[in-house]
Amino acid sequence: MSTMVATNKRSFGSTLWDYLTTVDHKKIAIMYLIAGGFFFIVGGLEALAIRWQLVKPMNDFVSAGLYNELITMHGTTMIFLAAMPLIFAFMNAVVPLQIGARDVAFPFLNSLGFWLFLFGGILLNVGWITGGAADAGWTAYAPLSIISPGEGVDYYVLGLQISGAGTLIGGINFLVTIVNMRAPGMTYMRMPLFTWTAFVASALILFAFPALTVGLFLMMFDRLFGSGFFDPNMGGNAVIWQHLFWIFGHPEVYILALPAFGIFSEIISTFSKKRLFGYSAMVFATVLIGFLGFMVWAHHMFTVGMGPAANSIFAVATMAIAIPTGIKIFNWLFTLWGGNITINTAMLYSLGFIPTFTMGGMTGVMVAAASADYQYHDSYFVVAHFHYVIVGGVVFALFAATHYWWPKMFGKILNETLGKITFWLFFIGFHMTFFIQHFLGLMGMPRRYWVYLEDQNLDLGNAISTVGAFLMGLGTIVLLYNVVITSVKGEKVGPDPWDARTLEWAIPSPPPFYNFKQLPLIRGLDPLWIEKTEGRSGMTPAEPIGDIHMPNNSILPFVMSLGFFIAGFGFIYQKYDAIWLSLIFIGMGIALGAMLTRSIKDDLGYHIHKEDLEKEAKE
Amino acid sequence: MKEWMGKIRTLSLFSLMVLLLSACGKENLTTFIPKGYGAEESLNVITISTIVMTAVFIVVMVIFIYVVWKFRQKKGEENVIPKQVEGNKTLEIVWTVIPILLLIIIAVPTILVTYDLADQSEIDDSITINVTGKQFWWHFEYANEEIQTSQDLYIPVGEKIYLKMLSSDVIHSFWVPALSGKMDVNPDNENTMYIQAHEEGVYWGKCAEFCGDSHSLMDFKIIAVSKEEYAQWVEDLQNVTADVQPETTTAQEGQAIFEQSCIGCHAIDNTPSAGPNLSNFGDRTTIAGVLEHNEEELVEWIMDPNSKKPGNGMLGAPYLQNKGEITQDDAEKIAEYLMQLKPSEITPNSAQ
Repeated sequence: MSTMVATNKRSFGSTLWDYLTTVDHKKIAIMYLIAGGFFFIVGGLEALAIRWQLVKPMNDFVSAGLYNELITMHGTTMIFLAAMPLIFAFMNAVVPLQIGARDVAFPFLNSLGFWLFLFGGILLNVGWITGGAADAGWTAYAPLSIISPGEGVDYYVLGLQISGAGTLIGGINFLVTIVNMRAPGMTYMRMPLFTWTAFVASALILFAFPALTVGLFLMMFDRLFGSGFFDPNMGGNAVIWQHLFWIFGHPEVYILALPAFGIFSEIISTFSKKRLFGYSAMVFATVLIGFLGFMVWAHHMFTVGMGPAANSIFAVATMAIAIPTGIKIFNWLFTLWGGNITINTAMLYSLGFIPTFTMGGMTGVMVAAASADYQYHDSYFVVAHFHYVIVGGVVFALFAATHYWWPKMFGKILNETLGKITFWLFFIGFHMTFFIQHFLGLMGMPRRYWVYLEDQNLDLGNAISTVGAFLMGLGTIVLLYNVVITSVKGEKVGPDPWDARTLEWAIPSPPPFYNFKQLPLIRGLDPLWIEKTEGRSGMTPAEPIGDIHMPNNSILPFVMSLGFFIAGFGFIYQKYDAIWLSLIFIGMGIALGAMLTRSIKDDLGYHIHKEDLEKEAKE
Repeated sequence: MKEWMGKIRTLSLFSLMVLLLSACGKENLTTFIPKGYGAEESLNVITISTIVMTAVFIVVMVIFIYVVWKFRQKKGEENVIPKQVEGNKTLEIVWTVIPILLLIIIAVPTILVTYDLADQSEIDDSITINVTGKQFWWHFEYANEEIQTSQDLYIPVGEKIYLKMLSSDVIHSFWVPALSGKMDVNPDNENTMYIQAHEEGVYWGKCAEFCGDSHSLMDFKIIAVSKEEYAQWVEDLQNVTADVQPETTTAQEGQAIFEQSCIGCHAIDNTPSAGPNLSNFGDRTTIAGVLEHNEEELVEWIMDPNSKKPGNGMLGAPYLQNKGEITQDDAEKIAEYLMQLKPSEITPNSAQ
């Protein structure tokens, strides 16, 4: 039977139920966008509290303990709960459309990945209301994280474990989707660069997250069950945690940065009205960065005492990453070269990205020089460096993608004037906040300092930095206002408002739930552009209209994730009283019950019939 | 008139100098004004890499500004479709090979200095100090000289001093920016580094690895004095004993209270102790690493250490558990006693 109903006027309850049970990649994308956006604001407020504490020397705005919770949760939230899910939002919204697929390979798992992430993210933040969030830094170095009192770090461990499982599931799903679900003619070397970067990032997730999983399990045993993996007094080794964390943590940077590069590649090519310069070199550079990303984790540990041989090897390996990254920068510049460049908000972020990220790359090579890093390490220089990479690279990309793909996701263009105001506030605020921090670091200000002493010439730089942070906050408020005002007043746009090149712009905005009535035939890179230059308005279909097989909605992913969430509390509180073990049984019971239901109950999906599709076409 | 101009000129030159110096940070703290071997070597690598990378940045920016200025859409050209270029092999090779060469320019000095700073060939003929990092203070044991001291580390100028570092709780990192880069102080394996000061002076040291509540207050000092002064200091400290009678009666009363309530953790001679060694407390640069060195601060510290340094190890002290064991009055006596512990003529003031 067909369920093609106009979905405009529905009760709140049924909309909510629809989202709780949906397996549609476009709706999951919207949920990722909302949840990631929410955590981005939470992390941003934490950042503002940090900067306000540092506005003057020996300030007492927050206590030392609260400050440590703020820095820990700011880092953890921004990486795991804001940047990752927002990247996933755009991967979900765009990748299936770009390769001409009707959904991801495993729609059920896609939903499960989202709910695991969300419940994990909530669990991470529960610490705030139960007497203290995690306070051992987002890197949670042992033994500090092992001896940290209370439950804060337990919430960190369990929350990350659950949301990390969601990410791993998501990564595998996109690998399979991109390998298997490309439309006829969409060869690997015709895939848009965003899809390529999503593909490589998913492979990185597959290989990097297990290291984090293992590390978190060991830490969980240490904290909750009295083992001593990281406790030197019991024969453990604290430095092993750092290796496990960074074997995950360094590829994580590229898991975020590569899709960001993909986003910029799409935007720069579209608004220069040119094919991406050196496409195959770009693909090669993406794969190479992903590969080298696994060879360099110990550059986070130059001061650990690994010896000069290890330090030199990791220094040189790290510097090598600058080469493929440089290739990318120059290819973007030469895509712009000779183009007809439209400068709108999405393009402003992309243009702002180039100098900003180049600076992040510059300082990246500088910190890679081990013997210089002895001075930079754990100082504000490093804080400046990674914010140039992650804000200048990833956050700029996410903002650019928001403006670029908003019409595809919601059918409306975000207000351009407000968008440009946001960009300038955010761009100027960003450089004000972080440029000066390079110097603060070299002037002797270590990282994660709750207060700095008077009369050490650090006052002015910190004050400037704080002002910049508030400008960024202001920019974000304008963006939120923009989203609201556009949703209320924005005008509907057609399928292809940007005169773009890739497949997602060949179908209506927002796309119908089955995406493509007929799978398109892909005849080269930038398939829509090819059709347009040959005078056609849309894609040539590769198949006649036929029945479309669709997956059924399911509440099971939500239930499963809820089960793990409940079990999380049991794992944490059983350290005080065995009665809490009951929560583990209840939670795991719910989760395993949901899995069992999924396994034994056949769910073959449903078909949209050919007649309905034809009828719809006539209307 | 001319004189007046000259004055203005000197003044503006002077204020420019001040501005420049303050932009470099605080002397004896900032890495921009290196006063020791390690800091100098690291600054060389920093300088080389900054120059190379700035050159790259300028090239990128020149192309960037040119393309954005030249190829941005002009009025009436909204529908112009530019030539669709696939790529350019020669250009691709150029921007692959040139960065490789630039990286070699950075990599060679990086590796040379990395090995140089890890050199331990002279360790047997040098002064070797065992450094212990603890939440949130530093302990220094001169193993051969049999001296124990905390917070202020005295070294002779111009000599390589080897530090063997181990933590007794979480990971710390030993950083004296003006003298040398940092090295982690791990609980599980001993790390060795050397420092060498070129000039006499009192250098700021910081803990650079996040270690808990008072991570930002775990400061220490390195006091570099002349070789003669150092020898004198060693001799004086070796002769420290616990049973010296203070001169004033208040100090004597302080000593009595100290011996009852404080001696369990603190030492005032060269014996190992759980808390900081206080044998030359009167000559310390600071109290607890960060507070001004005067009796008033010391009394406040004794009465309420948590307000000065959250989460520090003294909070478990018995006298803080039994309210009233040490009164304000007692604290003032202890302070007077501690402040007169000056076993040596060689003090931070000698370091110039």
